[in-house]
Amino acid sequence: MIKRIKTNKARIKDQLFKYFAMLCTGLCLLVLALLLIDIISKGIGRINWSFFSNLPSRHFDESGIYTALIGMVSLLFLTVLIAMPIGIMAAIYLQEYGTKNRFARIVEINIANLAGVPSVIYGILGLQIFVRIAGFGNSILAGALTLALLIMPIVIVATREAIKAVPNSLREASFGMGATKWQTTRNVVIPAAWGGILTGVILSVSRAIGETAPLIVVGALVYVPFIPEGPLDQYTTLPIQIFNWTSRPQQGFITNAAAGIIVLLAFTFLLNGIAIWLRNRWNNKVKF
Amino acid sequence: MRKNFTRKKEKAIELLMSASSLVSVLTTIGIIFVLTADSYKFFSEVSIVDFFTDKEWTPLFENKHFGILPLLSGTLLTTIIATLVAVPMGITIAVYLSEYASRRFTSIVKPILEVLAAIPTVVYGFFALQYVTPLLQKLIPGLSGFNALSPGIVMGIMIMPYITSLSEDALRAIPTSLREASYGMGANRFQTAFKVMIPAASSGIIVSVILAISRALGETMIVAIAAGQEPKLTLNPLESVETITTYIIQVSMGDVPQDSLEYRTIFAAGLVLFLFTFILNNISFWVIKRFRQQYD
Repeated sequence: MIKRIKTNKARIKDQLFKYFAMLCTGLCLLVLALLLIDIISKGIGRINWSFFSNLPSRHFDESGIYTALIGMVSLLFLTVLIAMPIGIMAAIYLQEYGTKNRFARIVEINIANLAGVPSVIYGILGLQIFVRIAGFGNSILAGALTLALLIMPIVIVATREAIKAVPNSLREASFGMGATKWQTTRNVVIPAAWGGILTGVILSVSRAIGETAPLIVVGALVYVPFIPEGPLDQYTTLPIQIFNWTSRPQQGFITNAAAGIIVLLAFTFLLNGIAIWLRNRWNNKVKF
Repeated sequence: MRKNFTRKKEKAIELLMSASSLVSVLTTIGIIFVLTADSYKFFSEVSIVDFFTDKEWTPLFENKHFGILPLLSGTLLTTIIATLVAVPMGITIAVYLSEYASRRFTSIVKPILEVLAAIPTVVYGFFALQYVTPLLQKLIPGLSGFNALSPGIVMGIMIMPYITSLSEDALRAIPTSLREASYGMGANRFQTAFKVMIPAASSGIIVSVILAISRALGETMIVAIAAGQEPKLTLNPLESVETITTYIIQVSMGDVPQDSLEYRTIFAAGLVLFLFTFILNNISFWVIKRFRQQYD
């Protein structure tokens, strides 16, 4: 009898936990749905051609995201241009060359530590080193260098994972044919790992695209009524434009912010989608 | 001759690649150097005792006070709220996905939850200010438009996927034999999950929680948008507070003259924030090293 009650109690606990967990899961999905519905319902009415083609303005119904979009795309382009070669080379070094030495171990611990540094701290670093000491000012270049340092750990970790997945037999076959280490890396390892590397780079861009805080610190401007023409020009980006509109009291600017968020989310989800698609395609195509 | 050239080329490439990995070390050195150099200048003008004991933070006003406590309390308050939301829910969902739900359900729900981690933080800030705060104001009359509660909750939702995802991975990494042994002893799912699986995966779960807390400490846009910009020494979640990160943003947006004492405050505040996250990261490395159990 006592035993019966005990097992019953255990069963009730089991069931209670199950329902509680289902409730939690449902709640999270609900929040995600609410967030998307709230933003779309507030902003979709504002999405039209002039929203994309207008310059920022003091009047909310004439304000557009043209300069912010151009600023964002040029910033990201430059960021990838800086972070991708350095990140990939660093990862190749750590994975293929310096696997056993002390320097590589220090770098490894260091990368793990960097991944935990708040992004606003990268902003302070960029402000002092790129904006002031190097004298780039509030330019796209200073912003891109800062973001490049920020996403470097992501690129390195993803590239290493991709290279790690390349089986040793491929390398050995290449060495057996008389290839040098670099020839093996360039002609065998990198092509075999390319899908994984590219996935990592795209994911890091999707992280960079939403970054706001470090760019505010390195002086991306809030109001830019012109198109940046070179890497040393001043700029603004979409998240900063959204931040600016969100903190205005007029309802019209809130609508603009919501519309801007729809565009930003579209970019973010598109990049994530491409990364997932690429990963699946690569996993199916290449089987070691 | 040709062989010699190849050898030189190999060496040059290796050097170039090791130089690339040096960039990450230089980044760390740069961060520490930049923060300490200007903090040093700051502390030559402001006493470090005042910095940690003064209860007011008013560097931008006429009557200047440089007490970090109000910013610290704001940072800790929002982080604690986020942790209270994220940890119980995150671990519960992780246990549910790995011990209860079908593989199919997990494979659909996990990526959707990870979408929550991909949303830019400025979007969460908008959501906190424009949706969650008005909702909370209906439930709690007299709640101010800027408060610690709303961004804290939203931040909790933002960091929850880190906990769920990493804890679920940790639970999955436990060999099935442990689970089967527990079932074999007559334990049910709940007992197996809480008496066997969670203890076995504890290091991974702890690391996921530490990572999430460190994210919350450094989170900027959500609190900058929805928590307000009033440095107040309070642990009342219904009041508006300012975090360290918000203060850095506030100074960056204003026109504080460079090389002034006001300008240097962001380096001192940044150093405090950096030390917090640095210590948390190192605790998590230590946990990984000390408590990781090998099953082979």
